[in-house]
Amino acid sequence: MFIPHTDAERKEMLTALGLKNLNELFSDVPDKYRFPELNMPKGMTEMEAREFIEGFADANVTTHDYICFLGAGAYDHYIPAAIDSILRQGEFFTAYTPYQPEISQGTLQVIFEFQSLICNLTSLDIANASHYDGATATAEACITAYAHFREKRKKIILSGALNPQYREVVHTYLSGIDGIEIITDEEGQQSLPDPEKIIDVVDENTAIVVLQYPDFFGRIIDFTQIINDAHQKGALVCLAVNPIALGMLKTPGEMGADIAVGEGQPLGIPLSYGGPYLGFLAARKELVRKLSGRLVGETVDGNGKRGYVLTLTAREQHIRREKATSNICTNQGLIALAATVYMSLLGKNGMQQVSNLCYQNAHYAAKKIAAVPGFEVLTPEPFFHEIMVHCPTSIEHINHHLLNEGILGGYPLENDYPALRDCMLLAFTEKTTKETIDLLCEVLEESHHE
Amino acid sequence: MSTPKDLKFSETDEWIKVKGNTALIGISDFAQNQLSDIVYIEFELDVDDDFDKEETIATIESVKAAADIHAPVSGTVLEINEALIDNPETLNEDPYGSWLFKISIDDPSEVDTLMDGETYDRFCEDRGN
Amino acid sequence: MSEATIYELSSPERVGFLFKDADVPPTKIPENLLRKDLPFPELSEVDVIRHFTRLSQLNYAIDIGFYPLGSCTMKYNPRINEEIARLAGFAMTHPLQPIETVQGNLAIMYQLQEWLKEISGFAGITLQPAAGAHGEFVGGLIIRAYHQSRNNTKRNKILVPDSAHGTNPATSSMSGFEVVNLPSDERGNVDLNKLKKICDDTVAGLMLTNPNTLGLFEEHLLEVISIVHEHGGLVYGDGANLNALLGIVKPGELGFDIMHFNLHKTFSTPHGGGGPGSGPVGVAAHLVDFLPAPVIGIVEEGDEELPPLYGFITPSHSIGRIKAFYGHFGVMVRAITYIAMHGCDGLRKIAEHAVLNANYLKHLIEDAYTVPYDRRCMHEFVAEGFWDDVPDIHALDIAKRLMDYGVHPPTNYFPLIVKEALMIEPTETESKQSIEHFADALNTIAQEAHNNAELLHSAPHNTPIGRLDEVKAAKELVLCCWVRPED
Repeated sequence: MFIPHTDAERKEMLTALGLKNLNELFSDVPDKYRFPELNMPKGMTEMEAREFIEGFADANVTTHDYICFLGAGAYDHYIPAAIDSILRQGEFFTAYTPYQPEISQGTLQVIFEFQSLICNLTSLDIANASHYDGATATAEACITAYAHFREKRKKIILSGALNPQYREVVHTYLSGIDGIEIITDEEGQQSLPDPEKIIDVVDENTAIVVLQYPDFFGRIIDFTQIINDAHQKGALVCLAVNPIALGMLKTPGEMGADIAVGEGQPLGIPLSYGGPYLGFLAARKELVRKLSGRLVGETVDGNGKRGYVLTLTAREQHIRREKATSNICTNQGLIALAATVYMSLLGKNGMQQVSNLCYQNAHYAAKKIAAVPGFEVLTPEPFFHEIMVHCPTSIEHINHHLLNEGILGGYPLENDYPALRDCMLLAFTEKTTKETIDLLCEVLEESHHE
Repeated sequence: MSTPKDLKFSETDEWIKVKGNTALIGISDFAQNQLSDIVYIEFELDVDDDFDKEETIATIESVKAAADIHAPVSGTVLEINEALIDNPETLNEDPYGSWLFKISIDDPSEVDTLMDGETYDRFCEDRGN
Repeated sequence: MSEATIYELSSPERVGFLFKDADVPPTKIPENLLRKDLPFPELSEVDVIRHFTRLSQLNYAIDIGFYPLGSCTMKYNPRINEEIARLAGFAMTHPLQPIETVQGNLAIMYQLQEWLKEISGFAGITLQPAAGAHGEFVGGLIIRAYHQSRNNTKRNKILVPDSAHGTNPATSSMSGFEVVNLPSDERGNVDLNKLKKICDDTVAGLMLTNPNTLGLFEEHLLEVISIVHEHGGLVYGDGANLNALLGIVKPGELGFDIMHFNLHKTFSTPHGGGGPGSGPVGVAAHLVDFLPAPVIGIVEEGDEELPPLYGFITPSHSIGRIKAFYGHFGVMVRAITYIAMHGCDGLRKIAEHAVLNANYLKHLIEDAYTVPYDRRCMHEFVAEGFWDDVPDIHALDIAKRLMDYGVHPPTNYFPLIVKEALMIEPTETESKQSIEHFADALNTIAQEAHNNAELLHSAPHNTPIGRLDEVKAAKELVLCCWVRPED
């Protein structure tokens, strides 16, 4: 169906090449291994394939039918219809990396606008065209810091309140570099670590300190003083941020951070069982040459007409090869487009609104949950849209009940913090309503009495 | 552009102009031509830093390439030509008149192992083939 | 006229999207938590749709025409894939849902793992890497972990052919290895003698693309692999060119130890203007324990009545996690739909026609252009974009002039070992007419180069914008809409 050749055409082409059949094209392939059997079904028509694949889709519980209070790195936000209508335009989704700028101005300008919006959101000077996700963006920020200090500072400090998956990814990413030390301080091994204690482990050997904002437990912390203290020791500071929170809250730039990274999934990207998502990275302009990832810059053509190109490409793998800061080749093109449309559509007013709605719903929920006997809200004020709740029985038990009532309950924190038994992380977005929160509390109360 | 007679060259296209115990280091016309429009220079060392022969002392970036600049001899940095940072194109326009580093030389005999202008010119011709 | 930016189109107070007010009793937010101001544009939905639609019209794409970028496999992106990825059953599932509630997702990932293993001949697979380069990085880390597990600490080198993609040496560095360049011989193969000389017990592995970036199948492939193995090294396969091998040969059977696949190349998922891709990695049996965590597996066997329970498994010597969650699930469902539609009989047809198209195209232009390496090509080939008698014409000029003929230029200046390289990969979804149209354009341009060179130097003429000043872009860095160098 996608291969257009007719028998006649195939014959003509083979004749032009002086070949009798298609097999002759593969004479360089070792005989012994050539033309193996593939132990799988024969090809299906579109109708059959659709039915086959839909069978898998139908076997899932979805956020369409169930109320979702899961967060911990991916959030159930509303996706405006305008976004997908743009994404489905073939000129966007079937285009390649814009290496020929004359016929890729659409893609290039979108990335330029994305970079600009991320700079605005974080109050920083420069942003790149995106990374695979928030976790890998965090790892790339650490590599940037290491390169910035010319490999002389070998300590990377990760806050214990930084998403555990992000910390795992940083460890894996840096495992190829000898002599690097990645530490999470002892305080950080506790739940709700005191953020100020992290400074105790910062020294002249520290390349970067990575903090999360709001943190993994939902807390909003003003890191300005901590960032100052880290700067006294010459270290860089990176904040891993939630972009919806920045619609309203004080920004990494305002706090003095050097780099901001984050997961852009809340910006109009479907949950899609974990991917594809969108890592963003923004930084102070002094770091521009050590940044990995694509950069789009503004310029003009021969007639003075404004246009956009990939720039500073000499830093990247296809030119620098083994000396490149990173091997990254793709950005998340189409996903960055979705986020750009989301941010453009919501604009100044909409971004503040959605941020506020998350905050309001989370605060109402916290009050109501705290009033349910046996349940304790452990995340202190101020918090944004996630709270840690201690439950009277196991999370498995609670979530089982919630599921029966059409609710996807919170994330069990003991998966990552063994001391946090019977604690769950609940997230609230603009999709939450008073009704769904009240229902949640009702079922929590019921589950306690089972 | 004719190759000045008073310079010595490394195989990695750096030139050195010796004056007693000090010297100037730059890049050859062949190098700037290979790079084409230079847009940025990053000095990897500061004043008073020591370096060994062949150590990377700077990185030069053009639109289509990025090249490491290697020390032709061992020594210590005395001065850095910071004017090049704002006007990197000077390296393209006048490669033999634009120096990157002023250095003191550890071991003058290392200079003797480098190529003179004529030898370097032949070296470049051979590479083109 | 250029298209204005969203900031230039903005109008104060204009609203694009409304949310319902919160229906919960309000909570006051402390002032000191708030940002000073959010300098975002203010646009209506009409503004947004028009702006991005106009931008889309400035792009060339596979949906418009021929896009012969070498090693990118710009094949047609089936529409059914797009519908499948948007099914609520897939798109509206949260990655942290209890496994019992997402058995459909886990089963489909497991099925994709199994089919990719069958196609490639590998024993184990991870779907976690987000792109080809990401998969390569996984490969580099697995090589490192494998040797470390055998206390082979002096293996610090990776051999990389001079024709390799830039990601190969970059990945090797990132994985903590020193890169040693391996030259090619005059037939475009890895130079066997040089390989034998370099290979010793300090070599951790060889990264090999096969067919290579010249579009040529390694004539001594089995010997190359065996030499590396004899010296205790591993062979990593860059699977970017798998389109030539589907149903033709299984790389795992040839002796590759690790290989990454590009779902967005070989398996038709869209390129999206630069992503998202997906780069699963297959490994031979002795490396299965090193795969990134988690891998999808059967955690409880099924029986006649119940299906198996799918869940997550952490391999015993896993290199760790390389991204959050499980990989690009939305890309995976597109790829598996494509694989299902082709099946055991259709997959081989892909490779057959990809290789047929490349050879036919080569045949049509090899009078006008020099194609070095007098050998049958596979799914792509490299031509030289210059002529001795018109030394002012470069591959770049040919590329820009091609745009005037309504086609996307091939890859320029890569691989590095061919002068003024034009790397051409038609793919199997191009018809005979499409191939002939492109050949006509190239042949006409060859004539123009000799008779009217100015047409090439001043190209492109018919595109939304002319050649852009890349020097200015690099020197006067303007990376955001409102910050200018003088600020």
